[in-house]
Amino acid sequence: MLKYLIRRLLYAIPILIGVNLITFALFFMVNTPDDMARIHLGAKQTTPEMIAAWKQAHGYDKPLFFNGNAEGLDTLTDTLFFQQSVRLFTFDFGLSDSGRDIGADIQQRMWPSLALALPTFLLGLWVNITLALVAVLFRYSRVDKTALVAAVLLMSISGLFYIIGGQVLFSKVLHWVPISGYQPGADAWRFLILPVLIGVFAGLGAGLRWYRTLFLEEVNKDYVRTARAKGLSEWRTLSRHVLRNGLLPILTGVVVVIPTLFMGSLVMESFFGIPGLGSYTIEAIQGQDFAIVKAMVFLGAVLYIAGLILTDIAYAWADPRVRFK
Amino acid sequence: MIALLWTDVLVWLLVIMLALWGRLAMRDALVRARWQQVFASPLATISAIILITYLKLALLDSIHLRMDDGQLRSLLDLIFYHLLDASERTYSAPFATHEFVKSVVQQDGQVLQVHLPLRHVQPGMVWWDLLLAAALASLVVWLTRRGVPDFFKNGIFARSPRGVFWGTAWGVWFVLIALWLLSHHYHVFGTDKVGNDVLYQAIKSIRTGVLIGTLTTLLMLPLAIGLGVAAGYFKGWVDDIIQYLYTTLNSIPGVLLIAAAVLVMQGMLETHPDWFGSVAERADLRLLFLTLILGLTSWTGLCRLLRAETLKLSAVEYVTAARALGAGHGRILLRHIVPNLMHLVLISIVLDFSGLVLAEAVLTYVGVGVDPTMNSWGNMINAARLEMAREPMVWWTLAAAFVFMSLVVLAANLLSDRIQQVFNPRNA
Repeated sequence: MLKYLIRRLLYAIPILIGVNLITFALFFMVNTPDDMARIHLGAKQTTPEMIAAWKQAHGYDKPLFFNGNAEGLDTLTDTLFFQQSVRLFTFDFGLSDSGRDIGADIQQRMWPSLALALPTFLLGLWVNITLALVAVLFRYSRVDKTALVAAVLLMSISGLFYIIGGQVLFSKVLHWVPISGYQPGADAWRFLILPVLIGVFAGLGAGLRWYRTLFLEEVNKDYVRTARAKGLSEWRTLSRHVLRNGLLPILTGVVVVIPTLFMGSLVMESFFGIPGLGSYTIEAIQGQDFAIVKAMVFLGAVLYIAGLILTDIAYAWADPRVRFK
Repeated sequence: MIALLWTDVLVWLLVIMLALWGRLAMRDALVRARWQQVFASPLATISAIILITYLKLALLDSIHLRMDDGQLRSLLDLIFYHLLDASERTYSAPFATHEFVKSVVQQDGQVLQVHLPLRHVQPGMVWWDLLLAAALASLVVWLTRRGVPDFFKNGIFARSPRGVFWGTAWGVWFVLIALWLLSHHYHVFGTDKVGNDVLYQAIKSIRTGVLIGTLTTLLMLPLAIGLGVAAGYFKGWVDDIIQYLYTTLNSIPGVLLIAAAVLVMQGMLETHPDWFGSVAERADLRLLFLTLILGLTSWTGLCRLLRAETLKLSAVEYVTAARALGAGHGRILLRHIVPNLMHLVLISIVLDFSGLVLAEAVLTYVGVGVDPTMNSWGNMINAARLEMAREPMVWWTLAAAFVFMSLVVLAANLLSDRIQQVFNPRNA
């Protein structure tokens, strides 16, 4: 188990290097350090000396991938790519283009993101699974068919409509909750309840269908027939046997998402003015702040890979038949 | 003068390819039976007709002419030409005869606040328009039925319920003709802040949505098929490299990768103003790049699917037999493997469509979608956000985007459900 874990962790390294290579190529091949310097110094009156000075001050004066002037290993390490990558690998995100410490920003904004994403995730999971079980309980009947039609309808409506509609109905017309904003601490729930509920509702269609298919595959297996044969009620069969065995495929889909909850939701957070990582990213994209976008890409990749590894562990823990080789 | 934009060329290319491939595939009686089974369902028939209507409108909007004044106009623009110069001064509600907000006017020395009448509205024609539309729709459907008497004989709609088919066809024609007639006398979906007709925007947005939904898949197909088949067929180190490639791409959060690529693309467009002549061409180029970027970031799913299928296929007897007979890699791949993957490719085109249409709205909202000057549902929703905050609310832009967008996504979802059900018996 430990050996397997270490190998998985080692396997993550080339992927992260690949991720870095992609972002690096995207940003630097087209947007050269010279361009960046010009943007930062302002379009007017930039002399070559000023650009050179800016590049030196920000560490952009090194060659991209290969340093012909250096010797030995330094030909590879004394380059922009290596220097920048090593800094990312130690989670040192440096300063944003506007001069703020990205690492500190992320640490601070992580919590509102989590406060929104975690309840949405848990509540969504519970609602989806419960409704799917009910649909399976009444499978192929009118209840089930109505649920399926409703699910397709819900899926076909863009999430943006749910958000705007929810805001208008509950904030503007009914005045139940503030339309947007955030306040840390105990009062946060007033700002979070609407986005959480909308998030759950928006995911309902896809979730219901997904879990229904999962449970339907279990429902015709032999052990379920046995459970029924020994006289268990249908609901008890479903909740005690089918749900438990269905948990395994649920795990694979769910665990991989958990780490990425930290990243927050781009659209939700910016619509509701929640100062999390999602709105942070959107602001960076709209302000063309490459340093922040790069940091978030790296962070996202790390969290996703962490999710994959966690999935494997959860799998082994839940199903003793799984053995690692 | 016909002036084709880049995306025009591509979308027509896509349609021609699909038509050719459809012809080839339909020769196979088994494949034809499958598709006929798909459309035996009334819902699938209705969905398909709606999707085809959207596609046709998008195609009409994809033949551009250069007018005398140098403007680019599509055939669809010419059909709705009356709406182009039917601009009002500001907001007006659907079917309204007066402006939505009061203006200050001086009358007989008095200063009054009144709702000014709209300039391009002729009230009182609704019932006549609807009646005429119903008659015309009936005429069109009757002529089509007369024109192609053996329409149902062998085509994919052979088993679809006749009543449903012709009913839907009539409904679609009725709605289109009625909208066109009504748009001469009213602003059916009102006007926006600067007085432009919202119906026109919603109709023009069809092209953007359909193009993003289809071109993206077209552009990613070479990558997905090439790499997926190579990985599954050659195995070994080729497989390792390709798997590494898509694991890496997959681990980057989708929106961020797209956002990063779009930012780069914007920078490129800014530094190369010589690539395009006008604002419209610039917007078109941006749309093209957006589909390219979406394609580059979304090939991994299909690639994985094709890899698995190729792995299975390359162990099948007839492939082994072909190899024993001395067929080369190229021949085996082209004759025996790729043709047997095509149904997966087609299913993925339909499956991805609705997701991509929805993605356009979100990406445009984030600021990395289509050009702000381009008509798109995303841009309409974006504008509506501020309008909803007004007092009283301006709701019709959002309503128009909602109706036009949800209809096509719903149709695509229903159709892809049915296709999956037929082609993948495990889901039944």
